[in-house]
Amino acid sequence: MPVLAQVDLRLDAGPLDYTLLAVYFVFVLGIGFLARRSVSSSLDFLLSGRSLPAWVTGLAFISANLGAIELLGMAANGAQYGMATVHYYWIGAIPAMVFLGLVMMPFYYGSKVRSVPEFLRRRFGKGAHLVNAISFAAAQVLIAGVNLYALAFLLNLMLGWPIPFSVVAAALIVLAYTTLGGLSAAIYNEVLQFFVIVAALLPLTIVGLHKVGGWQGLVDKVTGGPGGSEQLSAWPATELTGIQNPVLSVIGIVFGLGFVLSFGYWTTNFAEVQRALSAKSMSAARRTPIIGAYPKMLIPFVIIIPGVIAALIVPEMAALKAGDDSSGVVYNNALPALIGELLPNGMLGIAITGLLASFMAGVAANVSSFNTVFTYDLWQDYIRKDRPDEYYLRVGRLATIGGTVVAIGTAFLAAGYGNIMDYIQALFSFFNAPLFATFILAMFWKRMSAAAGWSGLVAGTLGAVAVFVLAETGVLDLPGQGASFLGAGVAFVVDIVVSVAVTSFTRPVPEERLVGLVYSLTPKEDRRHSTTGEDAGWYRSPLLLGVGVLVLTFVLNIVFG
Amino acid sequence: MAHKAGLFDLRLVIAVLFGIYGVVLVVVGLGFTDESDLGKADGLNINLWSGVGMIALSAVFTVWATVRPVIMPDASALDESERDVSAPDEKA
Repeated sequence: MPVLAQVDLRLDAGPLDYTLLAVYFVFVLGIGFLARRSVSSSLDFLLSGRSLPAWVTGLAFISANLGAIELLGMAANGAQYGMATVHYYWIGAIPAMVFLGLVMMPFYYGSKVRSVPEFLRRRFGKGAHLVNAISFAAAQVLIAGVNLYALAFLLNLMLGWPIPFSVVAAALIVLAYTTLGGLSAAIYNEVLQFFVIVAALLPLTIVGLHKVGGWQGLVDKVTGGPGGSEQLSAWPATELTGIQNPVLSVIGIVFGLGFVLSFGYWTTNFAEVQRALSAKSMSAARRTPIIGAYPKMLIPFVIIIPGVIAALIVPEMAALKAGDDSSGVVYNNALPALIGELLPNGMLGIAITGLLASFMAGVAANVSSFNTVFTYDLWQDYIRKDRPDEYYLRVGRLATIGGTVVAIGTAFLAAGYGNIMDYIQALFSFFNAPLFATFILAMFWKRMSAAAGWSGLVAGTLGAVAVFVLAETGVLDLPGQGASFLGAGVAFVVDIVVSVAVTSFTRPVPEERLVGLVYSLTPKEDRRHSTTGEDAGWYRSPLLLGVGVLVLTFVLNIVFG
Repeated sequence: MAHKAGLFDLRLVIAVLFGIYGVVLVVVGLGFTDESDLGKADGLNINLWSGVGMIALSAVFTVWATVRPVIMPDASALDESERDVSAPDEKA
């Protein structure tokens, strides 16, 4: 992204567009003030008092992930690789989200832990807990900074706002509502953001499709263009993976992206899981990722298709796709370029609001999960124990401010040294990669020892780093996303092997400490959710909803295969 | 006893925001759209149609929030049968 585009992406925003944007900010801050009234304890502030209905937490679950890099990056992938990008949603998210809701949530929610690292502390003690809590907290503030910088960079490109101004202004807005209303404000705003993002992207997609002559026109133009007809089908995605052999490419997608990478992200990333932990009942917590999976299944249509269309009708993008990069446009500009090409004042304001909303959703998710881990897992566990709750509520608020300040610093660092962003993201994908292996062993294998908990994580992370280094130095030749798929796979296998090996010669954790945390030691009724009152009705069954979204996703894969 | 959470139902916040957006876009689409605006969006009056869509979204949330208001349980325990009748529908 730091490549300065010579092409003019400046949008023709007028007073009307700025007014629509201002109205949105009034609502965002208003939610912060209103949510403040419901904050009277640290649990209210950091976990919404476990009181939210499932549709709210479900939409927040996907909105938290619908940040800057996601939105621009996936539209960019759409422009570059075509429909194969849907794998990031259909293979790379849906199965993991359903798995989280059906299989893992009973242990997360049922054990009443307040964070993902806290689960590791109760299961394995301090070693694994510290590794996870510190790497997660550091990752969240640094990624918040990367998000802030990406936001400021885009605003500079589209509206000409100075980068330092955008960084500080956006950070202050997020800070204002998260310090006031805590997680509730962050989550409510994420739901609002979700609808604004859809309200921005759906009309864009409709106008774009109209312009290229409908779906058939899109098919004809892509087939006749430099991408060719294989860019219209999701499989086998050889371009996306960089693996030439179609069979190996499919295996790479299913195991690399679909299994290791996506399960690691969706099931253990606290910024996501926190949304489910704030739900008001076990049933609502289990439904959170599953309800989120339905819009997650459909949203690629309004992100990837605009990317594909941008490569057809924005002249500079079409030239780039044909191999001429002289205009200086990059694939990451696909979405803003299409917005500038198609939307008149009015909808233009909504679109700018939607993009800004998406950036702030990402930053708020980073900050509101950081402050929880910092307060409960680092400060309360290692620095100041046994203080009254008001003390931790204050620490939570201060952590929010501190985290935001560090994020602003990171944003300026990223502004000065562009490729730092890439390295930060690579670095934290290493920490993420082996987590799923550790969690799945932790929940289903009671023998697994405390030493295996931390050593598996460390070894798996090193495995991912090794693959990254080999790919960067050219020893392994995997263009596209192949290297990250392989890295995640290696991290997973190394984590399992090391965990099993270390467990075999270390003492297991005493069984009485594992009740509620491990499958075989948790009474069946503790894993069950209630089916009465607000959890009643067949349409609130997590299993039915989960199977439903898997079937629909399977059908979509066949239709667009 | 239970009382309604009148002021801060997220569904009403969504309804008001999209109500404002929808009305503004419809007015712009009907009254302030010239040929160049239409030409940009390939002949579609996208402001008008998006505005209509947003008003519809706003209406859906208003109806939902009105038909199934959030019931805040008071300190005294809530009778289960009462919950069944008044519980807000949470299906997404």
